[in-house]
Amino acid sequence: MNVEAMHIANGIVNGPVSGAFAALAVLALAVCVWRGRADLDDRLAPMAGLVAAFIFAVQMLNFQVLPGVSGHLLGGTLAAILVGPWVGALCVSTVLVIQCLLFADGGLTALGLNITNMALLGTAAGYLLVAGLLRLLPRTPTGLAATAFVASVASVVISSQGFVLEYWLGGTTRLSLPTISLTMAGVHVLIGIGEGLIAGTTVATVSRVRPDLVYALRRFRAVPRPAAAPTPATVAGGAA
Amino acid sequence: MSRRLGWFLAGGLLVALVLAGVVSALASSSPDGLDATALKGCTVDAEGTITGGTCMAQREGEHQMADSPLADYGIKGIDNPYLATGLSGVAGVLITFGLGAGLFWVVRRRGPAVGTTPRGGVAAGGAPADAGER
Repeated sequence: MNVEAMHIANGIVNGPVSGAFAALAVLALAVCVWRGRADLDDRLAPMAGLVAAFIFAVQMLNFQVLPGVSGHLLGGTLAAILVGPWVGALCVSTVLVIQCLLFADGGLTALGLNITNMALLGTAAGYLLVAGLLRLLPRTPTGLAATAFVASVASVVISSQGFVLEYWLGGTTRLSLPTISLTMAGVHVLIGIGEGLIAGTTVATVSRVRPDLVYALRRFRAVPRPAAAPTPATVAGGAA
Repeated sequence: MSRRLGWFLAGGLLVALVLAGVVSALASSSPDGLDATALKGCTVDAEGTITGGTCMAQREGEHQMADSPLADYGIKGIDNPYLATGLSGVAGVLITFGLGAGLFWVVRRRGPAVGTTPRGGVAAGGAPADAGER
């Protein structure tokens, strides 16, 4: 059995362009560590580890989208909803580095390209859409699932166009760019729908079990929920 | 870390282990969206080697880590594909959680815990974003 993953292999984009994107990725990840530290408290740190492990697991689950074509979750939107954009991008990057170094998945030379598309572009696009949608949709498990679905579809298509840009800049072969762009977008709409269903189910489940652990719900809460804080009387009586 | 958070993490990790260790056996083995697009225009034989045509993947190089014991989501020395994929998936989930949580723990913000008031008038480290939260 061959578990494929949609990471760029070595030799599809040339060395100089791959190198430039590697430098961009290192720089962007440094910014993510810097900005993410403000979010990373004692609770979010282990949660972020879990999000990374979960994305690794789900990336192994390729689902069929067309005859002879499969896809899997990329995870940027899911990570952004659960742990925020900065830490979310770091989660996806952690997965990509481990996949590249230990599982020979996604070329080492292409690591910067893959981080740019899936961890940076995917998470940023997902987060911006989530931030916009949560102003319109109810902050309920269903509303959050719908948000995750829509943002995932768009984020996956945007990630796929990141590859098109990189291929345009440094592809080792010269093929029709509009054709590649359209083919990638078409396939990735279907993959995005699969990703959206997985991400929607996951965030709805987490928001039912532990809404306090969902970054997007904490961040975009319009009014503080009165039910979250117990009254002093119950604390005095019920502290265990 | 609170006990409740511990249970949540344990539950989540268990789900990830089952997905990577067991459900991964059901995963599609077709090339994914990117690979399929990259191979468009080329003809490939049963082993996936390009035999002719023009496509994005025709100059694809060998992976530097192809000799890794976990390469291609298998385990060197285990021939049963389901067992190899499942075990390498379990290893991957544990490594990712360990490395991820470890790194995030190291770089985490070490201010006063959310919801507690800093003592002795030390105001450093408080995060304004969390001010309205309990």
